[in-house]
This record gives sequence, C-alpha cells and structure tokens, in this order.
Amino acid sequence: MSKDNSYQAVMARKNEIMKSSMGLDYEVYRQGELAFDYERMMNDCGFTLEDIIKIQTQTKVGNTPMFELHNLTRAVRKISAPGKGARIFVKDEAANASGSFKARRASISAYVAEKKGYKGLIAATSGNYGAAVASQAAQRGLRCIIVQEVFDSKGIGQPEIVEKGRKCEAFGAEVIKLSVGPELFYYLLLTLEETGYFNASLYTPFGIKGVETLGHELTMQIRSMTGRDPDAVMITHAGGGNLTGTARGLLAAGCQARVIACSVDLSGLHMASDRDFNRKSFTTGHTGFGVPFATWPDRTDVPRNAARSLRYMDDYILVNQGEVFYVTELLAKLEGMERGPAGNTSLTGAVALARELDQDKIIVVQETEYTGAGKHHNSQLSFARKMGIEVRRGNPEEGVNGRSIVIPEHLSQVVGRHQDMEKLRISYLKNAAKQLEPAKWSEIDRKFVAADVKKDLNWLDQALKQI
Amino acid sequence: MNQVKAGTWVEIEKTLLTPDQRAPQVPEDTRHTPYIMKVAGFLTADALYGETVTVKTMSGRLISGTLNVIRPHYTHSFGDTVEELLNIGLGGEL
Repeated sequence: MSKDNSYQAVMARKNEIMKSSMGLDYEVYRQGELAFDYERMMNDCGFTLEDIIKIQTQTKVGNTPMFELHNLTRAVRKISAPGKGARIFVKDEAANASGSFKARRASISAYVAEKKGYKGLIAATSGNYGAAVASQAAQRGLRCIIVQEVFDSKGIGQPEIVEKGRKCEAFGAEVIKLSVGPELFYYLLLTLEETGYFNASLYTPFGIKGVETLGHELTMQIRSMTGRDPDAVMITHAGGGNLTGTARGLLAAGCQARVIACSVDLSGLHMASDRDFNRKSFTTGHTGFGVPFATWPDRTDVPRNAARSLRYMDDYILVNQGEVFYVTELLAKLEGMERGPAGNTSLTGAVALARELDQDKIIVVQETEYTGAGKHHNSQLSFARKMGIEVRRGNPEEGVNGRSIVIPEHLSQVVGRHQDMEKLRISYLKNAAKQLEPAKWSEIDRKFVAADVKKDLNWLDQALKQI
Repeated sequence: MNQVKAGTWVEIEKTLLTPDQRAPQVPEDTRHTPYIMKVAGFLTADALYGETVTVKTMSGRLISGTLNVIRPHYTHSFGDTVEELLNIGLGGEL
C-alpha cells in the first residue's frame, strides 16, 4: 500500500523523517518547556575547532583572504565628521570552493553524512547554500538533491535563483525547481523519506559549527595585519547561522568585537507571495528572514535551531536595496572587486557604521559572495525594471519595496538604520509567551530565555511586564 | 511532431499540489495557483513533447511528469545596460 503523500499527512510524519535523516535525537537536550541545553547540543557533535579546520581544508573551505579597503575607507572619511571614518576590512569568502561562506556550513554535514554511510545529501534552499552542499557532496562522492523555490505562477524565475540552480547542476546535483510557496518543506520531507539521504539542514549544530572557523580566522588575520582586535564585525543576517557561527568563533578566539547584524529592508513584501516573489531584488540577507528568525529561531526544518542570533547580536542595521547596489558598484570601481550584491549587504552596513566611528577603529565585513550572470547587481536591476519596478538615482529612502529602487546619488546617502534591539528582544518574548504563558515558565526556562536574548533575569522580569 | 529519443536530456513538469491541496498558511495570491515542480533528467523511453514521461535524474531517481523542454539550457545574463550604475565611483559624486 502506498503512503499518504498529502500535505497534511507528510507534515504529520515530520519528526520521524527528521530523526532518521540526521541521526540526531533532539529530545535528549530538553530541559524545560522552553529550555534546552544549547551548549551541550553544540558540543555533542564532537568536533573541536581544530577538527573542523582539518575537515574544511580537505574540501577547499576556509583560509580565505582578508583585505583592507583603503579606497572605500578614504571615500567614507571624505563625507564623515572630522576624526570619523573607521577602517573597513573585508573577508573574501567568495574564495571558498562554491563561491560563498556557505561552504563552511555545508562542509561538516557532508563529512558527517559520508562517515555515517548516507548515500547522499538533500538541502532545501534557494541560496548559495545549495551550491555549497552540491560542491561538498561532489568532493565526498555523495549524491545531492537541492530543493529550490525558483519561479512564479507564470514560470518566471528570479535571475539570481536561476543562476544558483545552474551552479548546483554544474556540481552534479539534481535540482528540484518549485513554484512559490512554503510547501518547499513538504517536498523536502517527501524526498528525504523516499531517498534516505542525509538532511543537510542549515540549522543543525554541524551547519553552525562550520562557521565558527570564520570568526576565529578573521580575528587571527586582523591581529596579524593590525596588531589588535577588530572593534566591530558586520554580518549579513538572514536565518541567523552566519551571525551565530561567526560570533561563537570570535569568542573562541577571545575577541570581544561588537557583533552587528545587517539585513536588506524588504518590509512590505510577503515572502510566500506569488506576486511579490519577483518584485524583490534580494533573495536572502533580508528582513523577510532576518527579523522572524531573530525573534523566534525555532521555526525551521529542525526541532531546535542551532542558529540563535539574539544570543550574540549587539546591534542590527537595516539598509535598503538601492544602498546595497550603490556600494556593490563602488566596490568594483574603487576597490577592483566584483562581488555579488547579496553578500555586500554587510559591506553597506559597514559603510554606514564607519561614519559613526573614529578613524582608529576597525570594522570587519566578514563575507563576500561570487557574482556572475543572474547574480549581479546589473542583472537584478535590469530584471526589476522588466517587472515594472522603477529604477532611478536619488535619495534611497524614497524607494518603496516592490515599486521602486532608488540608488543613492552620493555616498553620503548611504546611511543605514539602527534597529531597536529592545523591541526585537520583546518580540522574542512575545513569541516565547505564545508557546507557554510566562507565569508557567520554570527557573530553567527563564534562564534559557534570558540567555537567548543576551540578557539577565533582572532584565527579563522588567521586560515581561511590558508584554 | 518529432519523437524525442530515449536518453535525451529533458525537463519535465509536474503538479505536486492542486490549489485546494495547498498549505493552509499560503497568502491569497498564491493560494489560487497549483504547486508545480520541474526537474531535468534523461528520458527513459522514446516520447512525444507534452506526453507523460519518466526521467532518470542526476541522483538516479526516476520521476514522472509532462515532457516540457527538450535539452533545457540557461539563458540568464547580466541584463540590459542599467545606465544609472555607470557613473558611480568615477570620483565626481564622492
């Protein structure tokens, strides 16, 4: 008798499918209704930082260059108040085998899948992660299936996603191309069940441990280049894994730099909307993921998300699409580096922040991504125009998501916007309260929640009065 | 119409969920559309365009669907010239 493969029936089998596709039992980490032993979960995978460096070296991951952006820094100083304009450095993560930092996240899953005897890897992603999983699978002799949201109901594909699908196929992966909708997860489950492959989820401890080397490496590089630690590390933020892993790596290196998230502001656009799908020029690193994942991490394809960004985040800056396109073009013209726009989200945040900091301060932009046909700011803008979006120069704050993209006329118009961290933390508390009313939280739940937003119990007591 | 030979690299299309079978949380404009998948693979038997066929994918799976594209290829590009970008970084606006 064949299984019931309706949406409801497959979703109901979620837990058993997940368990067999990762060999991980999350139940053992449960401590309370909300609390679980996060550090134990992270340490149980058994890899030290040295082990991870060794594994990543086997498959062309890590050890990427660090560059100081002298010309961009000089340009920022010209528009800053006297004495302001911090030094900007960038870690060229495009140099990883698959062209982005995501190779770090995929590397440990691929290693574990091979060791445990899985025949292949599956990942549901429309991002650079698919190419990373495909590249790592290819090197370890594993089969690979990438499940991707690619086209709207008219069959039109976002150029950046089309390119990322092509890259997965270039590494020998089977790419399942889907129309718009959250049912991507449904098809992921069906395919995991059918194939018995390993679930290379972005949100397992493996996916996060792999990024810890990035935070560690960048600290060592900055120490060696400047004789001191960075003051701020700017991290493009979506699902939270980039920020969590990097921040943990900084701590492992004894670096106390401020951890700053940066996302492209796509407010007003619905992430599961067939119409909005092709009216956004960024497919990741935006607020459609960044805000919901920060304020409630446990909304992913695993029972407990190892990416818990509010545990580590000190500040959160939003930039708009026009600002990122402008800075991407500047990177090419001033620094001779052509890189993908989504990866330059954090660079844009760094330009905005550099103006606020003294000239002796150091900001590290911790990633770049590859660029090319489809995945280039010119492709994105040209496509946006075809979709009826107005593209013009002017004050970027006049841009309306889904209707217009306004590219700055001047560097001084790249300003970014600091988010209210307190509001984000309160939003997390409200989400936690939806799981269980605060009056019923045990002491261990209370401690867990406070740690999950980087605060103490005194703060928690005060904050709970507000919700 | 010409027959497509077994072994040809093709793309098939398949409806995974009809509009009424879709997830309850999808927004209004998406709810009225079927959930579609496309995948490329090698055709397992001679067939005509538009027929229901089976392909062997790169992972070795057999998947059935409507024969949609013969020898699918990529045409994405750097796009039309966006003149608004050209004078950025030349010095004047800094």
